[in-house]
Amino acid sequence: MEVTLITGRTVAQGEEMEKGKTGEGFKRACAVIELDPEDMSRLGAYEGDEVRVETDVGEVVVVAKKSRDAPHPGVAFMPLGPWANVVVGEGTASTGMPPFKGIKARLTLAKGERVLSAEELVARVYGKE
Amino acid sequence: MPRYTDVICSFCGTLCDDIEVSVEDNRIVDVKHACRIGTAKFLSSNDLEHRLLKPMVRKNGKLVEVSLEEAIERAAEILKNAVKPLLYGWSSTCCEAQSVGIELAEELGGVIDATVTVCHGPSVLAVHDAGYPGCTLGEVKNRADLIIYWGSNPMHGHPRHLSRYSIFPRGYFRERGQSDRELIVIDVRKTDTAKIANKFVRVNYGEDYELISALRKVVNGGELREESVAGVPKEEIIALAEKMMNCQFGVLFFGMGLTQSYGRHRNIDNAICLVRDLNVHTKFVMQPMRGHYNVVGFSEVLGWQAGFPYAVDFGRGFAWYNPGETTANDVLQRGECDAALVIASDPVSHFPRKSVEHLAKIPLVAIDIHPTPTTQIADVVIPSAIAGIEAEGTAYRMDSVPLRLRKVKEPPEGVLSDEEIMRRLLAKVRGEAPKLEVEAR
Ligand code: SF4
Repeated sequence: MEVTLITGRTVAQGEEMEKGKTGEGFKRACAVIELDPEDMSRLGAYEGDEVRVETDVGEVVVVAKKSRDAPHPGVAFMPLGPWANVVVGEGTASTGMPPFKGIKARLTLAKGERVLSAEELVARVYGKE
Repeated sequence: MPRYTDVICSFCGTLCDDIEVSVEDNRIVDVKHACRIGTAKFLSSNDLEHRLLKPMVRKNGKLVEVSLEEAIERAAEILKNAVKPLLYGWSSTCCEAQSVGIELAEELGGVIDATVTVCHGPSVLAVHDAGYPGCTLGEVKNRADLIIYWGSNPMHGHPRHLSRYSIFPRGYFRERGQSDRELIVIDVRKTDTAKIANKFVRVNYGEDYELISALRKVVNGGELREESVAGVPKEEIIALAEKMMNCQFGVLFFGMGLTQSYGRHRNIDNAICLVRDLNVHTKFVMQPMRGHYNVVGFSEVLGWQAGFPYAVDFGRGFAWYNPGETTANDVLQRGECDAALVIASDPVSHFPRKSVEHLAKIPLVAIDIHPTPTTQIADVVIPSAIAGIEAEGTAYRMDSVPLRLRKVKEPPEGVLSDEEIMRRLLAKVRGEAPKLEVEAR
């Protein structure tokens, strides 16, 4: 399924970030994708299912959450963080600002796949521990 | 038990200045008035398990603990040996540290940029083109009767913005507080801020520019030919424009929804023009919702020292400012910088993949209060004291009002403030003996 992905701040992301980014809490707050309920049923995903988010630059597995800000069919939201940024595209259109919002993304079910912690993700994608 | 009042919360650009903090045995035991995020920040200073406490240097692929002297020596060496180092971060520390950092960038002939680049950089570009009809938050509190948040969700990003300045507080001319004001939210999603608004306008993603243009058309006496623009019905646009024209004092707060979406600085440019058009009819102002608590301070300090608000390249021997070329993500994605210093920021979490891929390839010095994905990939890690909790300093609120950050407790043993670390690093780069002011005190 194709969606327009936007990334942004959430209060939980801000709170967990201050508590430290190595913990489970940070992952719970940020390794998620908030979907419109209708999009969720089209995808066949239930709250808490793992979903693979794929864009032209990469892919990441995160947990599906039912959006409390619906309806916004076709638009999905991910909190700021390493998970979202692995799939944010290149370039800044000569403005200095990367395309953090409005990313074309493909979603597929990835039930049972492990969602990496921030540390594991960074080690896997950028090759440094 | 020492109790501090009027403490400033150093998390978001709201820079709340009414926090009360109780400290016992150098631990913060109680925080009053702060929001969830602010409280978490104050309490996190106690949590030594999740703090960085010892300087580290990467040896044979692993970060190992070293003395502060060795870490600073290694950091200076990395930066001095680079042709074009990038010095990035700065928005979550005080102006005094930023000032020394800018001196260091100049000394090194490097590029200096702050998180402005990924939040309101486009707003700065628009202000260059169209000006800035702003005001202070005090004026909003005392005068505003129409508040608009466009592409901004303060209930999450700036939780107390509504209660301290915009909707809920009583003001000189708004004695009844919320009943004297109206809140309109324009967004792609019905955010938590939209849920408490008097009116929520849902705009199609990426079509904010069109909606602003339609509003301008109505404000300037034109007629809309389309039945709907950007997913908003014609009647709703007309009603919204009229509401804006007929208020006494309107404020447009705008956020990443405008600056990071399709159109970027052009959206802001158009919004500034809308505010200018509205001032023919009434008093209207606008204000970017600045995220990090001292992101504004960085632009102020760089403004004094180099003449530009962000993204300055000193490589030519003078300050060169060309956003799109000298901005951090462009410098990284072109693979142009050959070393980096990151302070009080976590670009590995918050920059797109392609930028981080280059950051992972070059020597990296990271200065922070707790471990982050950025310190994880760094070659030198230096722990620092939390400005506003363990160190004093100056910070600028989102409306450019400077406030003095307070110190309420001591930092962990051996941990210095960002300012002091920058001073020692600069001295080392210059080959001078460091002035050990802090230890002498
Ligand atoms: S609104 Fe911002 S400044 Fe105020 S307490 Fe919350 S995080 Fe701190």
